[in-house]
Amino acid sequence: MEDILPFLIGGLYAGGVYLVFHKSFVKLIIGLIILGYASNLMLFTISRITRGAPPLVPEGATTLTEPFADPLPQALVLTAIVIGFGIQAFAIVLIKVGYRIVDTDNLDELNTTDRLED
Amino acid sequence: MENELLIVLLIPLLGGIFSLFFWKDIKSQKVIFLISATGLLLAATNLMVSVLDEGVITLQSAGWEAPFGISLVADYLSTFMVLLTSLMGLAVGVYTLGDMDRARMRFGFYPLMNFLLFSVCGAFMSGDIFNLYVWFEIMLISSFVLMALGNTKPQLEGAIKYVTMNIIASVFFLAGIGVLYGLTGTLNMADLALRIDSVPQEELITLAAIFFFIAFGVKSAVFPLFGWLPASYHTPPVAVTAIFAGLLTKVGVYAFIRFFTLIFNQENLFLDNLLLFTAGTTMFVGVLGAAAQMEFRKILSVHIISQIGYLIMGLAINTKLALAGVIYFMVHIVIVKSNLFLISGVVKRLRGSFELKKLGGVYGSHPFLAILFAISAFSLAGFPPLSGFWAKFILVKAGLDVQDYLIVAVALVVGFLTLYSMTKIWNEVFWKRMPDQDEYDKKHPPVKLWSMAPMMIPIVLLTALTLALGIFGEPIMHFALMTAEQLQTPEIYINKVLQISE
Repeated sequence: MEDILPFLIGGLYAGGVYLVFHKSFVKLIIGLIILGYASNLMLFTISRITRGAPPLVPEGATTLTEPFADPLPQALVLTAIVIGFGIQAFAIVLIKVGYRIVDTDNLDELNTTDRLED
Repeated sequence: MENELLIVLLIPLLGGIFSLFFWKDIKSQKVIFLISATGLLLAATNLMVSVLDEGVITLQSAGWEAPFGISLVADYLSTFMVLLTSLMGLAVGVYTLGDMDRARMRFGFYPLMNFLLFSVCGAFMSGDIFNLYVWFEIMLISSFVLMALGNTKPQLEGAIKYVTMNIIASVFFLAGIGVLYGLTGTLNMADLALRIDSVPQEELITLAAIFFFIAFGVKSAVFPLFGWLPASYHTPPVAVTAIFAGLLTKVGVYAFIRFFTLIFNQENLFLDNLLLFTAGTTMFVGVLGAAAQMEFRKILSVHIISQIGYLIMGLAINTKLALAGVIYFMVHIVIVKSNLFLISGVVKRLRGSFELKKLGGVYGSHPFLAILFAISAFSLAGFPPLSGFWAKFILVKAGLDVQDYLIVAVALVVGFLTLYSMTKIWNEVFWKRMPDQDEYDKKHPPVKLWSMAPMMIPIVLLTALTLALGIFGEPIMHFALMTAEQLQTPEIYINKVLQISE
């Protein structure tokens, strides 16, 4: 498992960046979502994967014995996923409204605010 | 002691929640916002008084001790930023009483402003890097909605770029947190600062630093990550732009200062050079971009970039005097820049445009406004004895002290180019005759400035603050030096948060 995950994370980063470079709104958003997943997964794996060893103090003992899974990254990832979900929901609504009002699906045409004069 | 810190966060949070109860009642929302903004200013002042007494105040949430729980920390820098935030919140809040359209107010403008102030204050006082990420996200989502609120075409175009860049920044932020946690096994900033010195893999620390550099670089709009700023900052209403200009990019700079003085403070030639290079290019590109613009708000917003360069320059030089210069520059730029945006809103009300070509003759019709603009604009350009002069003087002096002549030269040239942009606005908006003035005057009855009292009061007060900052700068400078000293001895911060007795 630990051998596959780095490649998976790398693949997700690469796929996300590839999609972000597209001109279409929808591909941009999907790219951003995938980039978010890549970071979440990286955060999750950063303190090693420990299987079948929850961080629970066994009955009778007073401290944990190694090896045990670090619970903190899991909590962090959970928070990051929820926050990411909120932001993505907003971004999707934004591109939907943007598509209706700007009337294009091409990011290259979003250049009116950058122009020196209207 | 600890409660003073909590109250600062509770006031805007409660203000935001209560104004949600009055969703359709804009009047109540206005009253609630003014009460919460005033309360925030008082609470921040109160906190400042205590922090000046104590040095550093910490709050361990839910009583979990420092490296395990989430710490909230108020040291000189944090408290100072919170105080500035509350000041700008109140000033812009009063301004919106005169200049904000009903449609935007009906869709939650005031609750969002409350939540924005809440999250910005939280970001300044967070003592935990993951918690800082959460505050950043709250700030982002409030600012996303404020940016897009109103659904005009330019706003949505700007918002799409703003949202995209900031989501990418968040991705880098998370990755940086991941790398730091993997190296040290902690998220508490004080604990991190202790443990990072014993991490053997120096190149991984640099990697984490670069991740954070990109994340904060996007937020504070440094070269070459500033692309979203000129595309979006001038699109929302003036009040929103003023609060963004005053606060959001400064949160990025604050995070830079906090991380690079506390955590990444090891000798690292690559990072030092990266900061110095970024400072110089940011200043220069920003001021050139501003010089090319022909629209009031665009000149001001592109100009924000060049001012960020000065702040990063102080951080890159990293002597006591330079850091004090950053603090002084921060208060100067927040007040002056927001004030200039507010003035541009008044000019729009008087003349119906932001385009320099269509404007003119404001000096003839409203000399008082012209004087207010001149004070702020020349302060921005760095005329003695205004605040901008002292701010730049300190930074240049600090640069000369460490014999970084190149960055000093860039800073001075950028100062001159700033003057060019400001005199351009002065000539086009205030001095020259309006192209079709007679026709315009026929259609529009003359407007008296006092009829726009809610818009003018914050402008007059902020201008007075600018003047005071320049003429009676001694106490602020004294405080800035104290802050710089505290930043340069991170042990004070670390010992207080981790409760290590000396």
